[in-house]
Amino acid sequence: MSAHVDTHDHEDHGHHKETFVTKYIFSQDHKMIAKQYLITGTIMGVIGVLMSLMMRTQIAWPGEPNVIFKALLGKWAPDGVMDADIYLALVTIHGTIMVFFVLTAGLSGTFSNLLIPLQIGARDMASGFLNMISYWLFFVSSVVMVISLFVASGPAAAGWTIYPPLSALPLAQSGSGAGMTLWLVSMAIFIASSLLGSLNYIVTVINLRTKGMSMTRLPLTIWAFFVTAIIGVVSFPVLLSAALLLIMDRSFGTSFFLSDIFIQGEVLHYQGGSPVLFEHLFWFLGHPEVYIVLLPALGITSEVIATNSRKPIFGYRAMVLSILAIAFLSTIVWGHHMFISGMNPFLGSVFTFTTLLIAIPSAVKAFNYITTLWKGNLQFNPAMLFSIGLVSTFITGGLTGIILGDSALDINVHDTYFVVAHFHLVMGISALYGMFAGIYHWYPKLFGRMLNKNLGYLHFWVTAISAYGVFFPMHFIGMAGLPRRYYTNSNFPLFDDLSNVNVLITIFALVGGVFQIVFLYNFIHSMFYGKKAPKNPWRSNTLEWTTEVKHIHGNWEGDIPHVYRWSYDYSKPGHDEDYVPQNVPLKEGEEELQH
Amino acid sequence: MTTFLTILVLISISVAIWQMVKIFDLSRQPSTDDSEIATDKDNKVNGYMMMGFLIFIYVITIISFALWGDLPLLSDAASEHGPGVDSLFIVSLVIIFIVQTITQFLLHYFSFKYRGEKGKKALFFADNDRLEFIWTIIPVVVLAGLILSGLFTWTEIMTIDEDDDPIVIELYAQQFNWKARYAGEDNALGKANVRLIDLNTGNILGLDTSDPNAQDDVIVTELHLPVNRPILFKMRSQDVLHSAYMPHFRAQMNCVPGMITQFAFTPTITTEEMRLRPNIVEKINNINKIRIKKSEKLAAKGEEALDRYDFDFLLLCNKICGKSHYNMQMKIVVETEDEFNAWMSQQKDFASSLLPN
Repeated sequence: MSAHVDTHDHEDHGHHKETFVTKYIFSQDHKMIAKQYLITGTIMGVIGVLMSLMMRTQIAWPGEPNVIFKALLGKWAPDGVMDADIYLALVTIHGTIMVFFVLTAGLSGTFSNLLIPLQIGARDMASGFLNMISYWLFFVSSVVMVISLFVASGPAAAGWTIYPPLSALPLAQSGSGAGMTLWLVSMAIFIASSLLGSLNYIVTVINLRTKGMSMTRLPLTIWAFFVTAIIGVVSFPVLLSAALLLIMDRSFGTSFFLSDIFIQGEVLHYQGGSPVLFEHLFWFLGHPEVYIVLLPALGITSEVIATNSRKPIFGYRAMVLSILAIAFLSTIVWGHHMFISGMNPFLGSVFTFTTLLIAIPSAVKAFNYITTLWKGNLQFNPAMLFSIGLVSTFITGGLTGIILGDSALDINVHDTYFVVAHFHLVMGISALYGMFAGIYHWYPKLFGRMLNKNLGYLHFWVTAISAYGVFFPMHFIGMAGLPRRYYTNSNFPLFDDLSNVNVLITIFALVGGVFQIVFLYNFIHSMFYGKKAPKNPWRSNTLEWTTEVKHIHGNWEGDIPHVYRWSYDYSKPGHDEDYVPQNVPLKEGEEELQH
Repeated sequence: MTTFLTILVLISISVAIWQMVKIFDLSRQPSTDDSEIATDKDNKVNGYMMMGFLIFIYVITIISFALWGDLPLLSDAASEHGPGVDSLFIVSLVIIFIVQTITQFLLHYFSFKYRGEKGKKALFFADNDRLEFIWTIIPVVVLAGLILSGLFTWTEIMTIDEDDDPIVIELYAQQFNWKARYAGEDNALGKANVRLIDLNTGNILGLDTSDPNAQDDVIVTELHLPVNRPILFKMRSQDVLHSAYMPHFRAQMNCVPGMITQFAFTPTITTEEMRLRPNIVEKINNINKIRIKKSEKLAAKGEEALDRYDFDFLLLCNKICGKSHYNMQMKIVVETEDEFNAWMSQQKDFASSLLPN
């Protein structure tokens, strides 16, 4: 059966002459779609990072005129002084862009698309057409989101969590007018894109694995992408429903989330709804979203650390089980964002319990990474540095989760900078490192050329130092009680002694932000002038390195290779080389590890 | 002008980095296809960098604790349940500190120790059930302890004992200020709904004028609390979500339009006592030094100087609520029962504060 499909596909692809449009724009080839996701995600990332730098500048030097504000914010920064409304809009759009457009679509979209068919041994995704639609929906939603930045009443400004009534009532803030409508439309399209993508990933992993590629031989990257897709399919529709109900409240006068409101001198007609309902719906996606962002990064890290340690990943079975455990737990912990929302305190107890449980599989993963390094032969390619950096920030950021997940302690630091520090380290920086690791590792596969390693080293070390420099001190201003999302802290003399910390943080942020130019330069320059990539530069075991450097439709020139072993036979005794690709048959008398 | 210069500097820095990068790029020796793959030299340099980075993490930890480790949220709790929360917080921090120090050491030390060399072969070590068991069971035990003590503390905070005869106070949130409503002699808040708000008569909180309980209610813009008396806060919001954050009392609860939320605590230290505490005195002096410096700068620009700061308990809004979210606050005064009663006797009750329509 599978052989039949193979030859058919192969012939099919051989006969078609591709035009520019079908090859580069409306492509159905998973490798091209991966590149499209990566480049769109990178552009959105530049916008998101610029916004964060503007916010940091405002926090460090509140109310001081700045030519950059004047140039970029226009009427929202009269005389170069940032307006309070646009500050909240920056907070909102920075969060939205980084979480959804960069770390969901940019990360998962790029590497799920690139790696799922290549690593499981498939000619392409189960449905190339759906895959193309998925990308273009993502593109449209990005365009809508960017357009929302230019509407006259300002972009959405209710925080990325868009809690109603603030997000529902244009009377409450100007950003809740047309800007919010566009935000909701953009997210609805985004969710459609994400669902199409996820379904495709799930079907492809289940159905299109090559001969011998049993689930227990899958690289951990594929396990991570697969489980991520399942979480997405389970939780994203709930956000879509919340968004649709919010659209109805905003435009058709329903009262799902609104009740008893008196604003700007008038009583509104809404009766009987509850904003807490929205919080439940939002966080039912919102928390799993953390793992939608993080799991692919951890999957990439597993692959990169094993390859560059020249050692099998330690505890493959435990790694798979912990991915599954995290996925399951992630859907029953959302209430820890709502300890003080006014929900029944008993629920707070339940969610504290489930939340802290998630620390167990996370700890297992961290220890397994560290053990993988032990007695390895570590090759410090830039991807490896970013992966180790990920483990470091994942630990630092994850540990403070035991404070925030504990309802009694969350009262203290809820919505302070402590939270900002926590989630930026554990999901923001960690996932970003995962994305960088993926780019450095699979750049040769994506573009057929090598990235410059020295620029990679420079990029990593400056980024690593500034990331800690930004987010480590931030825990302390949070523990001093400084609330997040304040346009300026100067109305609270109580916090005056924290202003120098904020300046320090901003300096680290500016340095780290500006140094991303190194990466952009390397990324763009190497695409055209980089060293030509060898077929398997990192001497890796997985199937994607058995394909030719030049991309062809259908991935393999001849038959799809069969798989005889798991992907982590590095430094296996009895072999001359320190790696044994998955398509190499077992030697006589050689035993496959049972896991 | 300065900003223009800043921009110029920023642009030149970007250009300089780009140029540096370019030189970096061009100065590489022409080499084989493997030239972008880590060599022994790269492994060595980055291995040492890993150790350096470990030291950096430790140093930034020490500096942070030394400079900013005087944490108001971990000392000087001014409510009865506060010290319990603080000690749980500190225990959690100690656990975090220990785990962080050890794991970061292992991670970076292994990276250094096992940096790659040509000809070396890694150990083929794929599984060990005992190790997996150990690092599953250790977190389980530690977390079980944390979960249990967390749940006890949480239940203690959230359980409201009506037998304690708490003073009932409504916290009323609106864009962008707070009001407090005392229940008066009967200690029962009158019924209220935003639909009853009548700005013409000054019924700004929408009290039911026909409700006998409402007549003696007292509406104020500064919150006064008698020390050592349990307080039960009932929270209401008229427009969007707000959050009543009272960090000194380890208290926080959202104010949700359409429903009444609640939080109870007992203040244990008066504002006056707090101002006399040595660490608070030190903090105030430090803040005032900073403010004087800032004032000098402002004076040079011909602007008004900043006021002298003295310690006050505060109620802050801690849920994004719109444009002036950053300035939504109310002063809290904790005082002795006598002072409180004296203050209260000067306030107008609701019935007498209404304007004739």
